[in-house]
Amino acid sequence: MNAPAYNFAYLDEQTKRMIRRAILKAIAIPGYQVPFASREMPMPYGWGTGGVQVTAAILGPHDVLKVIDQGSDDTTNAVSIRKFFAKTAGVRTTTSTEEATVIQTRHRIPERPLKAGQVIVFQVPIPEPLRFLEPRETETRRLHALADYGLMQVKLYEDIARHGHIATTFAYPVRVDDRYVMDPSPTPKFDNPKMDNCPALQLFGAGREKRIYAIPPHTRVVSLDFEDHPFEPYRHDGTCALCGATDGYLDEVITDDRGGRMFVCSDTDYCETRRSAGSVVKAGATSEGGCA
Amino acid sequence: MTAALVDDDPPLLVAEGLTKWYGQRLGCRDVSFALYQGEVLAVVGESGSGKSTLLQLLSAQLAPDAGRICYRMRDGVTRDLATLSEAERRFLFRTDWGYVHQDSRLGLRMTVSAGANVGERLMAVGWRHYGRIRASAASWLDRVEIDPDRIDETPGGYSGGMRQRLQIARNLVTDPRLVFMDEPTGGLDVSVQARVLDLLRGIVAELGLAAVIVTHDLAVARLLAHRILVMKGGAVIETGLTDQVLDDPQAPYTQLLVSSILPP
Repeated sequence: MNAPAYNFAYLDEQTKRMIRRAILKAIAIPGYQVPFASREMPMPYGWGTGGVQVTAAILGPHDVLKVIDQGSDDTTNAVSIRKFFAKTAGVRTTTSTEEATVIQTRHRIPERPLKAGQVIVFQVPIPEPLRFLEPRETETRRLHALADYGLMQVKLYEDIARHGHIATTFAYPVRVDDRYVMDPSPTPKFDNPKMDNCPALQLFGAGREKRIYAIPPHTRVVSLDFEDHPFEPYRHDGTCALCGATDGYLDEVITDDRGGRMFVCSDTDYCETRRSAGSVVKAGATSEGGCA
Repeated sequence: MTAALVDDDPPLLVAEGLTKWYGQRLGCRDVSFALYQGEVLAVVGESGSGKSTLLQLLSAQLAPDAGRICYRMRDGVTRDLATLSEAERRFLFRTDWGYVHQDSRLGLRMTVSAGANVGERLMAVGWRHYGRIRASAASWLDRVEIDPDRIDETPGGYSGGMRQRLQIARNLVTDPRLVFMDEPTGGLDVSVQARVLDLLRGIVAELGLAAVIVTHDLAVARLLAHRILVMKGGAVIETGLTDQVLDDPQAPYTQLLVSSILPP
């Protein structure tokens, strides 16, 4: 370990045990929000304090950690959390989805299908899917207890009434194992289908709100919808300007102030893997100003 | 007063000896009555006479200290409300019952559209077809004389009378058999009151609803109710057919109440 002043993975062992108990309970009741005694972490709320605590509690010395922020391995949040665990736990880090055993993420699920044995940890800002329609915590808990989810449908109804289609594009509510309605954190709804019957364990940590929830491997996860307005994953209609992918989730990048823009894969590892395998788009082939 | 009372049916709701204390203070004491399907009961009395307490007891929002309430469920079985689970009570509340608040903001979701307000109960009982929910909401808006073109507006932009009518539509969309109303026309100006009352009278008769209406306005009671319950100091002091009680009041307080109305 590089920094013997810290316990392994920063948190003390008692705290990690407490968090693991919450995680075990969360796995036992898929989609249920388990309260836990969230700690102050050396980063501000909103930067992934919940995810970091979950990761710290499950990390072992032989784990390989990948951290992504909006699909990217090299943005501030991803880099600083990766460095944090490299320093406090001395674990090996990677940017490769395939190699990683633990993936902490903000807002995306990697394009490469996750496999059994991997754990994906989501950073969650607001774990309560009913919050914006029902501000009382006592009431939302009761609604969950009674599986009284008409209210969630009201939100989707409003979307259609105002926009003509379900305009919720992220934090799109799902029903887990036919019981609890869950907020899948602000991942784009493009990623919702990946949660269904996923072989990897999915853990969700909300630091400020002090909640942990989970989707065990191979659990049914259904996005809520209406019969005549079925759930549809959203994706920009385009191809990645770097690797030519037509199936991945795309980020729109503004390249100049004259309307130049390009679409690129939001999952940087996916994009790089494809490019190193020889799939390169000729510069300017798909969109103006697009150059690698 | 056209709704036919069916004699051989058991009552829809039976209250027996309802008593509620708020600490040392009395809410209401020993209230008993039976309500039949299609019957409208008005509870009148001055402020603090226990009317609202009674309504909250009847609608199972408060638990009585003594007494019980039995309700004939849709399957014909009469059950004590206290023995229902919370899930059953909630289900009853949003399918077979309605509750119209005096303050429409308590009964409506002010931040979502009128259509969603009416559709909420349908979605709560499992409707998942947007088109049908919307069609049902539109037809109910039409029935309560709200222009269906305003289906996507929030109640914030509605007038007081429209909000009250929207609240009525929201409650009736699941075809309840019993509606509780707490001063449904309180706070509305007289002409708007008349319109809401007219609408209520039509709908109640048309659907054969049973209703318990709490009001301090004897004109409302005269217009809507078949029977009247006069309360004072937490107790029922007089009860009977509306015309009978209002035309020939027996208790001194009722006489005072009736004589305090200006003749038309």
